Amino acid sequence: MIRPMLGEAWLAMGANRLRTALTMLGMVIGVGAVVIMLAIGQGAQYAVQQTISTMGSNLFIVLAGSFTTSGVRSGSGGGPTLTVGDAEAIAELDGVANVAPTHQGSRQLVYGAQNWSSQVIGTTPAYLDARAWSIVNGAGFGDSDVRSATRVAVIGKTVAENLFGDEDPVGKTLRIQQSPFLVVGVLGAKGQNLDGRDQDDTVIIPLSTAQRKVFGTPFLGSVRMIMVQADSAEAMERTMAATTALLRQRHRLREDMPDDFFMRNLSAAAESEAATTRTMSILLGAIASISLVVGGIGIMNIMLVSVTERTREIGIRMAIGARQRDILSQFLLEAVMISFAGCLLGLLLGIAIALAINLFTGMVVVISGTAALLAFAVAAGVGIFFGWYPAQKAARLDPIEALRYQ
Amino acid sequence: MADAVIRVAGLGKSYQTAAGEFPALRGVDLAIAAGEYIAIMGPSGSGKSTFMNLLGCLDTPSAGDYWLAGENVATLDKDALAVLRNRTLGFVFQGFNLLPRMSLQDNVALPLVYAGVDKATRRARARVLLERVGLGKYAESLPNRISGGQQQRVAIARALVNAPRLILADEPTGNLDSHTSEEIMRLFGELNGDGITIVLVTHEPDIAEHAKRQVRFLDGRIISDHLTGAAP
Repeated sequence: MIRPMLGEAWLAMGANRLRTALTMLGMVIGVGAVVIMLAIGQGAQYAVQQTISTMGSNLFIVLAGSFTTSGVRSGSGGGPTLTVGDAEAIAELDGVANVAPTHQGSRQLVYGAQNWSSQVIGTTPAYLDARAWSIVNGAGFGDSDVRSATRVAVIGKTVAENLFGDEDPVGKTLRIQQSPFLVVGVLGAKGQNLDGRDQDDTVIIPLSTAQRKVFGTPFLGSVRMIMVQADSAEAMERTMAATTALLRQRHRLREDMPDDFFMRNLSAAAESEAATTRTMSILLGAIASISLVVGGIGIMNIMLVSVTERTREIGIRMAIGARQRDILSQFLLEAVMISFAGCLLGLLLGIAIALAINLFTGMVVVISGTAALLAFAVAAGVGIFFGWYPAQKAARLDPIEALRYQ
Repeated sequence: MADAVIRVAGLGKSYQTAAGEFPALRGVDLAIAAGEYIAIMGPSGSGKSTFMNLLGCLDTPSAGDYWLAGENVATLDKDALAVLRNRTLGFVFQGFNLLPRMSLQDNVALPLVYAGVDKATRRARARVLLERVGLGKYAESLPNRISGGQQQRVAIARALVNAPRLILADEPTGNLDSHTSEEIMRLFGELNGDGITIVLVTHEPDIAEHAKRQVRFLDGRIISDHLTGAAP
């Protein structure tokens, strides 16, 4: 039964090609718009997720409080309130995966005739774990290097390119503030962070070496910042509260005294960014879906015209034995076929335009199979939903009236 | 009459109009035996079209009973009537009523689609019947490629395709010239010779002469019923 009906639906579609094409155009535009908008939305989400994953997940930082000298207040991290001992104590807390005390600043690097200003981070090996940063060439430094303040450095990709060019940096010696450092490893590329700063423009050295040879510090054993990584997103809040309590206790702060340190949740910013792009992509999809509904109404409109035009045909079919459900399924099938054909073309058009956008603007687009399947399901749904009323109208015609219709 | 294909008793049909209830048919009794060739005549408004619609299971009566091939169809629902039309009846209309987008062969085979017959059988049966009405070579043509008389022959082939007990022809020669009309009536005569029951509605006396029995309607009632050649 379905085979001859498919053939007839095809014939009916071919009988008025221009009209069928225009009806399909509504679906083509609707599905195309949905596909393009989903591709752009998912592309934006993907780009943000990529950036977030390079930052490391579930991170928060503890900064030393400010201090005041002769009425001049330092910024956060300026005071001597955080110590390496604090970092070690935080590491003992439940739900903490990695703790890395750090001291960072911008310094001039020199190798041979080349020089380059870069961010220098003095820290412990746990820093690389917390940031999920891999070493692609050579090796990192160990805890023993931190203990004995050896002059070794791990450099980012941008630094390697600017100082060493085509040379292999591992085993070479660069100078920071006149002190020579042996390059032991090169970090994997991470690209930009959410602020647009190049994360690969970095040199990482042991914390102790940084404090003694590079930055100098009036209070030995104090650090400006401690980076903490929680076990999981759920553990973040609990771990931050526990850290606050621990530090207040260690710093012997009374109930009525303010914290002498600051805390910042790095993941929260990233998550809100992700939520924003997610909302944007849902919004884009929703707006595009409106055109799909408009396309559906176009189908309904044309099917109603078609039923009226073919009243006599319906009468003939009924006279020679078509049941109501035969007529119903015939018109429904026609609507679904128009809808499906429109959907297929819209899908191809949408993918082509999304790829063109990617090619000409460099915007990240993600075309997922789920989105394509969804578009097809929606098209079938639209065909059945908007085809139902006209088909029902056809099936309920009185055969005598229909036969008499001119 | 034990082998009656059609038997109606007290058949009535009324329509609601603005002026109140209008009785188009007021208690008709008639029996048609297998193999009969009967012409139903009468002026417009006499109720003969209403009667044909009831016989053709396109409509349900307001009163009375109708036995088609032994089954009382007055009480059947729409789908059951559709199945009955498909299996037991063949229609021939004044306006031919072929579907314009389909080849003649597909037009003839269409009732078989609704009967759920497979494609090969459909094609074969349609081919045989197109040959039978002398249009085998036009099987793949569209209806607008052939003349009115030829279209009516295709319509007759379509009416025959499900091997019906009965053919209902409503003014089958109304749109044809007298020469072509003669050909169509000759074809009906041959079919009746093969044992097919034919009910013909016409208002032309010379067309009615081809039938073996003539029934005349007026104001919703039968006013005469006689064999052709006998005095009314």
